[in-house]
Amino acid sequence: MSQNILIVAEHDGRTLSVATAKCVACAATIPDAHITVAVCAADAAAVAAQAAAVSGVHRVVTVEHPMHEHPLAAAIAPQIAALAGPYSHVLGPSSTFGKDLMPRIAALLETVQVSDIMAVESATRFRRPIYAGNAIITVEVLDGAKVVGTVRTASFQAVGTGAQAPIEAASPVAPPTHTRFVSVSAARSDRPDLQSAGTVVSGGRALGSAESFQMLYRLADKLHAAVGASRAAVDAGYAPNELQVGQTGKIIAPQLYIAIGISGAIQHLTGIKDARTIVAINKDPEAPIFEVADIGLVGDLFEIVPQLEQLIG
Amino acid sequence: MKRILVGIKRVVDYNVRIRIKPDGSGVVTEGVKMSVNPFDEIALEEALRIKERGAAEEVIVATVGPADCQPQLRTCLAMGADRALHVQTDTPLEPLAIARVLRALTEREQPFLVLLGKQAIDDDHGQTGQMLAALWERPQATFASKVELSEGKARVTREIDTGLETIEVDLPAVVTVDLRLNEPRYVKLPDIMKAKKKPFETLTLEALGVAPRAQLKTVRYAPPAQRQKGVRVNDAAELIGALKQKGLL
Ligand SMILES: Cc1cc2nc3c(=O)[nH]c(=O)nc-3n(C[C@H](O)[C@H](O)[C@H](O)COP(=O)(O)OP(=O)(O)OC[C@H]3O[C@@H](n4cnc5c(N)ncnc54)[C@H](O)[C@@H]3O)c2cc1C
Repeated sequence: MSQNILIVAEHDGRTLSVATAKCVACAATIPDAHITVAVCAADAAAVAAQAAAVSGVHRVVTVEHPMHEHPLAAAIAPQIAALAGPYSHVLGPSSTFGKDLMPRIAALLETVQVSDIMAVESATRFRRPIYAGNAIITVEVLDGAKVVGTVRTASFQAVGTGAQAPIEAASPVAPPTHTRFVSVSAARSDRPDLQSAGTVVSGGRALGSAESFQMLYRLADKLHAAVGASRAAVDAGYAPNELQVGQTGKIIAPQLYIAIGISGAIQHLTGIKDARTIVAINKDPEAPIFEVADIGLVGDLFEIVPQLEQLIG
Repeated sequence: MKRILVGIKRVVDYNVRIRIKPDGSGVVTEGVKMSVNPFDEIALEEALRIKERGAAEEVIVATVGPADCQPQLRTCLAMGADRALHVQTDTPLEPLAIARVLRALTEREQPFLVLLGKQAIDDDHGQTGQMLAALWERPQATFASKVELSEGKARVTREIDTGLETIEVDLPAVVTVDLRLNEPRYVKLPDIMKAKKKPFETLTLEALGVAPRAQLKTVRYAPPAQRQKGVRVNDAAELIGALKQKGLL
C-alpha cells in the first residue's frame, strides 16, 4: 500500500529551507512513499519551483494568501488541515517553525504527533529521543491514525535536486485574524549557518564577557566555522539566543564541534550527539564534556584560543 | 474575575541522570527525585508577576496525573498560585488528551491567558500548548521570552531559530514559555505552611467529559548510542596535529 506523505515546506518567502530536503529524506525512508510538498506563502512561485526540484518529491501544492507573508502557525495550520484528508502522514521539520506549527495541525486533525523522528522503522513505527536524548524510544502509531510528525533534521542528510514535480495551486481557506506578525530581529550574518556548518566553535560561561566571546568569532573565521554557545553564555548575554546549542536550542550535527569553556551538561550534550568529532577545551579535567569528547585538551582557554588562532594562521 | 491558568507537569528532576530499565520496558523512576517541569515553573512565575502587576486577579495551577503529583501542585501553591486543580488519573495521557483536559478547564475557569512550559523535559513532546490553542480555536504564542499585556491583547517575543520574533495575539490565548522569560522565585518555608490552606480541588476525567484514547504505544526503550572513548592532547599544537590527522583541518 503506498503511503501518501505531505511535507510542510519551511521557507522565508524566497528560499526553501534545507530542513525541507531533510524531511523529504526522512519521508523517503517510509516504504512506498509518495511525497507531496505543501508551500504556504504570500507568493509561492519561487519556493514551489525549488520544492519541485527536490529529489523524491512527486508533487507540490501551493496555498497562497497574504497572511502567509510570515509563517504564523495559526494561519498555516488550517490550510494544511484542509489538504490533509488523503494523506497518511503529515511531516514538518523539528525547527522552531515546525515545532510551533505541527502540533496545531495534529490537534485540528484530532490525531497523534510523533515529535523529533530520528529514524523510521515502518510506516507506523518511529524512533525518537526523550529525556534530552538520554533515552531513545520506539513508538508505534495505533489503529491507522494519521501520523503527524516533526523530523529531527540532524538525523537526516538533505536529499539533492533533479526532480521535476508538477506544481498545483490549492485554494486557501480563510485564516484567522487573531494572530498578527509584528517584527523579527533577523540576525542575518555572513557567517556560516549554525545548523548546516561543517565546523562549529562554541563557547560557554567561562568566556566571561561578550568581549571575550569575540575571540571565538575570530577563531571561527579562520576555520570557516559557525559560532555556537551554551545556555549559560546566552543567558549571561555573551551571545545571542539563536546561537544556543542543546535541548532548548539547536540540535546540530557538524563534522567538527569545538566546545570551549563548556562543562557538558546533559542539556547541552543532547544538541551535539550527532557531531562527527567533538573537541573539548576546559580547565577542569573532570568536566563531563570530556566523557563525550573525541579530543580533549585540559587548560585555560584564554591561553589556548589565541595559540590556536596563531597556529592556524 | 481575570484568571490565568497555568499547566504544570511532574517530571524527573533535570539534574537526575536517567537510567533505562534493564529489560527496556521504561525509565527508572522509583526513588528518583521528582520536580515541577522547569519550563512550567517559568510559566507559573510569569503568571504570578502578571498578577503582582495588577493585570490578573487569580492564578490557577492545574495538572493531570496520578495522586503522586500532589507535592508538585503544593509547591506551586507555595510559590504563590491561588488554587490548584488536580485532574487525577493513573492512565498516562498523550499530549492531545492533556490538551482536551485543559480545554475543558478553560471552559470551566474562563481564563484570559493560559501559560504552559514549551515542553516537558521527560517526554520532550512539545505539543500540548499548541494543541490546546487549536482545540480552543484561540491564538498561540510559543517559545516566549517576553510577554506584554494590554487591553485584550498580548505582545509576545518568541525565540525562533533565526533570532527573536514578535507577534501580537488577541486574548484569550495560549502562551508557551522558554527559559529566558524569567527566573522563578524560590519557595520560602512559611509559604509552604500557608499553601496548605489554599483551595485544592481534585477532579476526574469523566467529570470533565474527557475519554482518552491511546494512539501511540512505546514498544521499546533503549540507551542512546555511546561515543568511542576519546584521546587527550597536551597543548594547542598537538590539538592542531590531531585535527589534521583526522582530515578536519
Ligand atoms: C530545562 C533546561 C534546559 C536547558 N537547555 C540547555 C540548552 O539547550 N543548552 C545548554 O547549553 N544548556 C541548557 N541548560 C543549562 C545546562 O544545564 C547548563 O547549566 C549549561 O549548559 C551550562 O553552561 P556552561 O557549560 O557554559 O557553564 P558551566 O556549567 O558553568 O561551565 C563552565 C565550564 O567552563 C570551564 N572553565 C572555566 N574557566 C575556564 C577557563 N579559563 N578555561 C577553560 N575552561 C574554563 C569550567 O571548568 C566549566 O566546566 C538547560 C537547563 C535546563 C534546566
